Amino acid sequence: MRFIFKTKYSQDINIAKHNGDRFWYSLLILIMAALPLVLDDFYLGEISYICILSIAGIGLMILSGYTGLASLGHAAFLGVGAYTHAFLLTNGIPFYASIPIVIVVSFLVGAAIGIPILRLTGMYLAIATLALGFIAEHVFIKWEHFTGGNRGLPVPQPEFLGMSFFDSVFFYYVCLVFLIAAMFAAINILRSPTGRAFVAIRDSEIAAQSLGVNLGLYKALSFAISGAFTGLAGALLAHYIGYLAPDIFNIFLSLTLLLLIVVGGMGSLHGTVFGAIFVGFLPQLIAICRDYLPSSIGSQPGLEPMLFGLILVFFILYEPLGIYGRWMKIKLFFELFPTYKRQTFKKQKVFTKSDRV
Amino acid sequence: MQLIQLIIDGVASGCIYGLVALGFVLIYKATETINFAQGDILMLGAFVAYSLIGILGMDYLTGFALTVLIIAVFGFFLDAVVVRQIIGQPAFATVMLTIGLGFIFRGFASIYWGTDIFSFSTPFSGKITEFNGLIISYVNLSIIIGTAILMSALYFFFTFSKIGVAMRASSENQLAAYYMGIPVKFIFSLIWSISAGVAAVAGVLLAPITLVDTSISLIGLKAFAAAVLGGFGSIPGAIVGGIIIGIVEQLCGTYENYLFEGVREISAYLVLILTLIIYPRGLFSDKAEVKKV
Repeated sequence: MRFIFKTKYSQDINIAKHNGDRFWYSLLILIMAALPLVLDDFYLGEISYICILSIAGIGLMILSGYTGLASLGHAAFLGVGAYTHAFLLTNGIPFYASIPIVIVVSFLVGAAIGIPILRLTGMYLAIATLALGFIAEHVFIKWEHFTGGNRGLPVPQPEFLGMSFFDSVFFYYVCLVFLIAAMFAAINILRSPTGRAFVAIRDSEIAAQSLGVNLGLYKALSFAISGAFTGLAGALLAHYIGYLAPDIFNIFLSLTLLLLIVVGGMGSLHGTVFGAIFVGFLPQLIAICRDYLPSSIGSQPGLEPMLFGLILVFFILYEPLGIYGRWMKIKLFFELFPTYKRQTFKKQKVFTKSDRV
Repeated sequence: MQLIQLIIDGVASGCIYGLVALGFVLIYKATETINFAQGDILMLGAFVAYSLIGILGMDYLTGFALTVLIIAVFGFFLDAVVVRQIIGQPAFATVMLTIGLGFIFRGFASIYWGTDIFSFSTPFSGKITEFNGLIISYVNLSIIIGTAILMSALYFFFTFSKIGVAMRASSENQLAAYYMGIPVKFIFSLIWSISAGVAAVAGVLLAPITLVDTSISLIGLKAFAAAVLGGFGSIPGAIVGGIIIGIVEQLCGTYENYLFEGVREISAYLVLILTLIIYPRGLFSDKAEVKKV
């Protein structure tokens, strides 16, 4: 067990709590930076995709994991980001100018949607975001001037810093840099008063309100920040896919993002990366499952949603804190080695909390 | 006259939305959870009916009754085995759990029955009646009458039967009901089974119109609009909300040219969002008001 000897108050807000953290995270970044030396294009593409998913996951995690607001329509923000980016690039705006515009646009869209619907709580919010997701998908289809409708919209792949986005090594580095930047931004948002207010809202709206947190403002802010991160991920996704079609941003993608944060671990930024790795490799996992099952079942298209649902149900019931929660348990087991008690993480018995007053 | 015709068609499809919404409302009133898998249970109902009537060749009414029974039992165990475990967890967990269950059902249906579109013969198929120049198909008539019968049966059940009163008591206050000797857990599972049974009725009634395939589970999402419009937590509200949504959808489809293209497909969701923004209590809400910030 590690005890941190605190000599300064400023130590409390350090991002890395001790030298061990600093060492391991630096090592991780170094390894990630060195990966193109070892891996071929296919795996670099996969890891770029995982980075993009992680950024989108950070967005949803801030909203759902930290502010406690469910969103079942987050693919809409990916769509907004992707279409805005592609539209700007098509009209000759360079990459480095387009990305900030995308972030601002997604932020504003998030705020615009958030202000009216965040007066709702719990279930109503989930239903409203679900409906918004459908409406957004429909808008992507019908607003042909902007999105190209069902014909789709090719994404220009401009030069950036003298490199092309077709180069998978370069694209990998772009995604990695954005992931690290997004992670850093998210950590800093979450330890600022704003982030503390989010967590307070998640844990108890009444308590947060009593302590002077303006619920409406902070919920809308959370929605907007979440939208901005997800929009950024959408812009990168546009480059990854190369050709945008409206049916990419459907409800299944929204639910995949939710699966990502649930499997990764609600309320932890580590969880977004774990979840993204899981979701990124899910298609391969399913392909492997298909090989082992008898061909009459293995070749069915229904296998994918079924496994998707099974994984979701399994995690909700048996590991509500996700992969990160499991990792914490294993870590604690070794830290406390001979004296670990299973009861530490025992689920407490709770009664239904009523929304009715 | 065309308007009345549209309204009749709208009422018929609205009854289906209303029945699914009724399933949401029953469960919500009792356990304050929303079953996002309601549409998928409806789909299972339609598929089971197809198996019994279309494949095994049962009589329509027998098959209908057996389907409802099977799905109701299924709903009972769904609650008793799976959903009950997450009582007391945040709303988010239930949402995710029922969404996951919905995916499992849909995956199961497409593995077991396949992805083709099925139909089975009903006594109503293809028959129409004319009334003052209005054309009413027997299928629509069967939906409207079936809904009316089911609603009155539920009304009498909840008002006069002992179990029905126990259910209302448990919805009102779990703890007090428990003190009065009501087996609350059992009652909740029973409510799930009624809700699943209602969804199965909707599925079987709907089958002649949309035919049977996995995509009919999407009706569950439109039924949210009905439930919210009626004020979540009100049983007559669910049906009235459903009928309004059905009529709005028909009208939007016909007068699409005056509005904007494709308005029909999203009209239910637009009504949902507008209701939530303007009047989130819904039309028939009981005292439980939606909390506002």
